[in-house]
Amino acid sequence: MPGLLRQLREQIGRRLRVFARQRQPENLPIELHRRRIYIVPTGFGLGFAILLLTMLAGALNYTNNAALLLTCLLGAASAASMLVAFRNLDGLCLRHIHAGHAIAGQPLELTLELGSERVRQAIRIDLGQQTLAVALDGQGSTRATLHVATERRGWQPLPRLRVWTTWPLGLFRAWSWLHPRQSILVWPRPETGGPPPQAPAADAKQARIRHGDEASTLRDYRVGDPQRHVAWKASARHDNLLVKDFEQPARQPQWQLDWRQLDGMDREARIARLARWVEEAQARQGHYSLWLPDRPIPAGSGSRHYVRCMNALAELP
Amino acid sequence: MNPPHAAAKPSPAAIDTRVFDLLALTMALVLAVHAPHLPAWLTAAMAALLGWRCWQQRRRSGKVASWLKLPLLAMLVGIVIAQYGNLFGKEPGSALAVGLLVLKLLETGSARDVRVGTSFACFALMAALLFDQGMLATITVALGLLPALATLRALEPAQSPVSLPRALLPGLGLSAAALPLALLAFLLVPRLSSPLWGAPSAELARSGLSDSMSPGGFTDLLVDDSPAMRVSFDGPAPTAEQRYFRAFVMSHYDGVSWTYRDRTRQPPAALQVEQSLHYQIHLLPTQRRVLPALDVPIDAPEGAGMRRDRVIMAGKRVNDALTYSLSSAVRYRLEPEAPRQQRRWLELPPGFNPRTIEQGRQWRRQYGNDDNAIVRAALTQFHDGGFRYTLSPAPLGRNAMDDFLFDTREGFCEHYSSAFTVLMRAAGIPARVVTGYQGGYWNTIGNYLLVRNSDAHAWSEVWLAGRGWVRVDPTGAVRPERVTQGAAAAASGQLPWYRNDWLQGWRNRWDLVNRWWDKGVVGFDALRQRGLLTPFGIRDTDTRMLGWLLTISCGVFMAIGLAWALRRRQPRDPLHDAWQALQRKLARKGLVRRTAEGPRHFLQRAARALPPQRDELTRLMNVYLELRYAHDEPPDESLRRFQRAVKDFRITNVVK
Repeated sequence: MPGLLRQLREQIGRRLRVFARQRQPENLPIELHRRRIYIVPTGFGLGFAILLLTMLAGALNYTNNAALLLTCLLGAASAASMLVAFRNLDGLCLRHIHAGHAIAGQPLELTLELGSERVRQAIRIDLGQQTLAVALDGQGSTRATLHVATERRGWQPLPRLRVWTTWPLGLFRAWSWLHPRQSILVWPRPETGGPPPQAPAADAKQARIRHGDEASTLRDYRVGDPQRHVAWKASARHDNLLVKDFEQPARQPQWQLDWRQLDGMDREARIARLARWVEEAQARQGHYSLWLPDRPIPAGSGSRHYVRCMNALAELP
Repeated sequence: MNPPHAAAKPSPAAIDTRVFDLLALTMALVLAVHAPHLPAWLTAAMAALLGWRCWQQRRRSGKVASWLKLPLLAMLVGIVIAQYGNLFGKEPGSALAVGLLVLKLLETGSARDVRVGTSFACFALMAALLFDQGMLATITVALGLLPALATLRALEPAQSPVSLPRALLPGLGLSAAALPLALLAFLLVPRLSSPLWGAPSAELARSGLSDSMSPGGFTDLLVDDSPAMRVSFDGPAPTAEQRYFRAFVMSHYDGVSWTYRDRTRQPPAALQVEQSLHYQIHLLPTQRRVLPALDVPIDAPEGAGMRRDRVIMAGKRVNDALTYSLSSAVRYRLEPEAPRQQRRWLELPPGFNPRTIEQGRQWRRQYGNDDNAIVRAALTQFHDGGFRYTLSPAPLGRNAMDDFLFDTREGFCEHYSSAFTVLMRAAGIPARVVTGYQGGYWNTIGNYLLVRNSDAHAWSEVWLAGRGWVRVDPTGAVRPERVTQGAAAAASGQLPWYRNDWLQGWRNRWDLVNRWWDKGVVGFDALRQRGLLTPFGIRDTDTRMLGWLLTISCGVFMAIGLAWALRRRQPRDPLHDAWQALQRKLARKGLVRRTAEGPRHFLQRAARALPPQRDELTRLMNVYLELRYAHDEPPDESLRRFQRAVKDFRITNVVK
């Protein structure tokens, strides 16, 4: 008897650990398994059950066997729909999560890659307040895009996702929690205004000379544009400010964005300013280098360089 | 990579066209299955409302103004009250339910409305079965569940688009999968031996025999060809002329109608049986107590009583189909000694039918004491007197029998039996009218006799000294086909088109299926359920046992369902299968692959252990490694060769 009790306690303990483990983040890919799919009747399901009971009582009371047969059929079909709901989730696989880029405060785009070897319909994915419904056609994988809210820069753990379905009849709701062990990197928010980066003197002079040339086109105002470049007459006819765009200098200026230049500033303010500069340099398709403590990034250009710089800024302790 | 089929719904309140269409289809089906018992104009009005709503939804996809809904609701309630007198009961209740359902469609704007409407539609479908639980009706209603299920399904977001008819199919699949469990639950759900509330209302007999008979009263019955009962005989069936099923014996005549008086205290009249038959009758609900029996029943079934004139009365009204076994005499003497209250069988109301009475008396004067001759004279008059058999005779006046015998000379069984009995009584011969069924269709496949309501018949019995009560069928004198070939043959040319010969033949054969349904499904009552396990040696299956069985079998079905739900299709790898087969063959010789052993090492070890097979194993190893590692997908031809090689691989015993 005590042996049996101990065995029982062990079993319950194991069960509880299994339950607890589900709350820990797991590595991708995550395949939904019967142990982690929960299923309960929906409100409509409960109402429908009451209706079925009423029908059963009526059929029995009036000894109407045809009505009883119909009630049994409807009840059995409802019960079968529970299995269909379960099967709709069972074996569903979350293969990858591809996180997009976003600066703090803006939603970050998450692309989930869901794999399934059979057709699944009306799969819904909850993340925070938003819900997304997808159908999987059973061939390869399907992508679903969600947005996650961000607050501050740096690595953030991915929030829990809930995958659920009420397929096929809306009588039962099957769900499972997914907690992928994956973090998303949120870029720092650039400051809204401030001084332009200090360009090396020679480059600056050269640039200025070239800037004196004829304006070729007009473009939207960007933070940091010199006031005298604003095309006031043209802007008056538009909603936003227009700036005379001077021909690009023949050789792009190389900006040296340096953590050390910003001495005496708050740490986050420094990062915000550097982020603004990086963004500005990128917008001008400039050539720039970024020096960060323990992590100097040599000069470069293009979107990959930009991502590298922003990632480095985001990752600063 | 495939793009997602659909994004999240724009707003939870909107329902799309497909959902609306399916819901409207469900409602239309509900209306259709209820149409037979709703007034035709109400059905038409509701169908029009339904059609208008569909058109309106399609045109403007807007909502119906609320000022329209309330008056419509009030109008519906008013119509139902005006039509039926109240709101409760089967007919008004279902009319109200169907009306509400159609009105519900007017305010269907959200998914919640659709769910409520669909559930209610399921209920209304079930309610339709309270009126008719025949097999076709049940199947029609069950098919009505398909659009309901499809509606619920269409409410789910993000699904691959299908056409409207295709959308109905998954519901069929679901129902088919659920059918075994449904049938089992149907068998095992404990039936109530007495109703929980309001016993089924003792409504007026829709049709069937009544305990009074006036000439012309059967007309409704004779065109109602729904089955009345089915009879199966132990042994050979009686011939067509012997198929007289007695229900009421009527002795009292008031000048207008013959009535049956239920006297419970008198013992049954004496009966000398010369030949008898044993048989079972499956009687469909009549809402009356009388149980028809072949000719003269010898005893009454359990729970029923035998009256003086061998009329069988059940203890309660037959509201559900009833099966009973009986023995009847087909050659007999009934009450051979003179009846004690002979006056009862001679009574005629004074002041009625003077010419008929005079005719009877004249025969008595003419033939003296020869009762047989008087009976023959009457039958001869019917046969040769220009009488005609028709289901739509001319109406009769106050002296109904005089008018019939000497004036109109047309009518059917009621007229003939009534006139004959009056003539006999006038001549001083004890006589009475018997009503019941005569004839029926012998179903050779099912070996049973199908008796329809249209086989209702009335005949006479006269008491003759030494022979007792003798059956005389005066209708047979006019129209012998009525007795030998049945009511339909007798009334040829006077019946609706759907009762013509070949169609009627098919309907009679088809009745085999109806009989099976009536016996197996409709007639599966508490009593039959208790005897469910008799083949397994359990005499009485009580409620507790049924509950256990139901629980266990639901569990079994759930387990089967779970096994299906949990089954995962592994992608098949034939190369792996062949490799496993080879390993199994080697394992039988004690060569088991170790966990850390790859195919090369394992097969090399095997080759060392089995010198006679060394070459073969080396070859197999090379082929396997080639197939496994040299290609992404092993080529079919080489794969088949490898499979064959593994299959042919034999390990010959090593003689050491």
